[in-house]
Amino acid sequence: MLAVARREFAAYFATPVATVFIVIFLVMSGTLTFTVGGFFARGQADLLPFFNFVPWLFLFLVPALTMRLWAEERRLGTVELLLTLPITAGQAVVGKFLAAWAFCAVALALTFPLVITVNYLGEPDNGVILTGYLGCLMVAGAYLAVGAAISAMTRNQVIAFVLAVAGCFLFAAAGSTIVTEFLSTNLPWLAEVARGLSVAERFAGFARGVIAARDVVFFASFIAVWLLLNAAILEHRKAD
Amino acid sequence: MTALIEIEGLTKRFGGFTAVDGVSFTVARGEVVGFLGPNGAGKSTTMRMLAGFMLPSAGTARICGEDVVERPVAAKRHLGFLPEGAPTYPEMAVEDFLRFCARIRGVGRAEVARAMALTQLEGVRLQPIETLSKGFKRRVGLAQSLLHDPPVLVLDEPTDGLDPNQKHEVRALIREMAPQKAIIISTHILEEVGALCTRAIIIARGRVLADATPAELVADGRSMDEVFRELTMRDAA
Repeated sequence: MLAVARREFAAYFATPVATVFIVIFLVMSGTLTFTVGGFFARGQADLLPFFNFVPWLFLFLVPALTMRLWAEERRLGTVELLLTLPITAGQAVVGKFLAAWAFCAVALALTFPLVITVNYLGEPDNGVILTGYLGCLMVAGAYLAVGAAISAMTRNQVIAFVLAVAGCFLFAAAGSTIVTEFLSTNLPWLAEVARGLSVAERFAGFARGVIAARDVVFFASFIAVWLLLNAAILEHRKAD
Repeated sequence: MTALIEIEGLTKRFGGFTAVDGVSFTVARGEVVGFLGPNGAGKSTTMRMLAGFMLPSAGTARICGEDVVERPVAAKRHLGFLPEGAPTYPEMAVEDFLRFCARIRGVGRAEVARAMALTQLEGVRLQPIETLSKGFKRRVGLAQSLLHDPPVLVLDEPTDGLDPNQKHEVRALIREMAPQKAIIISTHILEEVGALCTRAIIIARGRVLADATPAELVADGRSMDEVFRELTMRDAA
């Protein structure tokens, strides 16, 4: 499992994927924080403007990472090699997921100048910043798990990307006021479900500095369910 | 002789199409079985089921007594498999790629070096696989299948795309390993069967049409070519 993760992680850096992803992520998160987020204008020493944008950036950057995970293996035929090595489909799934997750962690860690800036300018609550980062990592993990499972369904990377963005958007927007208001007037029972499944809703807690057990459990089970689905898709494709 | 590969009634259906239809045979240690058949006959599908990449619709196979459906990981440990087209990760260097496979297989650097020596890859060990010629890529795939010195080798077209010298070397390598292993190779090159195999299995439309030694197949004075055409065309008619 770790061998799979190691190879996958190295593969990001062997291709321009890593550079492009990290540079775009840093440029966009930085720009949005200082312009739209009004980092200075708010006059508060925290990273809330940054944390507000990260889930939305991940919404289309993370599927760019996951689209190749399985779709490319299938296109190259290496999936036949990987799945005939003595590992289970589950181990391969978790290995790939861990590599992509670690890669997101690296990208997030490289936003450290923001932390330094805000500490230089004021006296922020670094505990809140830490939980914010943890929340970002959780959101990344959730999107990765969705994207990886979708990637396993197709050999076409573009399809994998578009469907993954759509899938992640569903879980990101599920808790937004527009959706919940619409649902509560039309389908009240679904409104609660949608709010419950909302990744953004769960993330908000982390950004405020609260690590609620139920949120952690939510992310853990969300990731687990999608990884199980991913393994099931691989097993199913063996059968036909 | 102990049978290291046992295939029993192996069947694979894709929708309404039966790609492999009740194939049964065994391969013992010391045997090199040439798996022959026209394109689309079911060779690769049979090998993929044996390697655990596809699940059979019916029947099963055992590698060293381990059932490929019930105990897939255990079965795969005894198996070296070269998939069709020898797929590899193009951006990886030869040695890195082999180390990755070795790590999964739980073998060390010494085995990587041995596999590279057997397939004469030392000269390109630091090159990215995508920069290599077709012959080298095929040998990287072959090296991967030999890493753990498996008792069972399943090679899907190991000599495809190699030049005559490389073909000769790969055949020599297979012949050298043969006494300790049970080997199945699929091929389109009929002369290879006479030169390399102790047994030939001809399949078409998913069924085994012949299972005999190369000498038996050509016993009536015909060439291997004629025998192959006769068997596989008759079935199509």
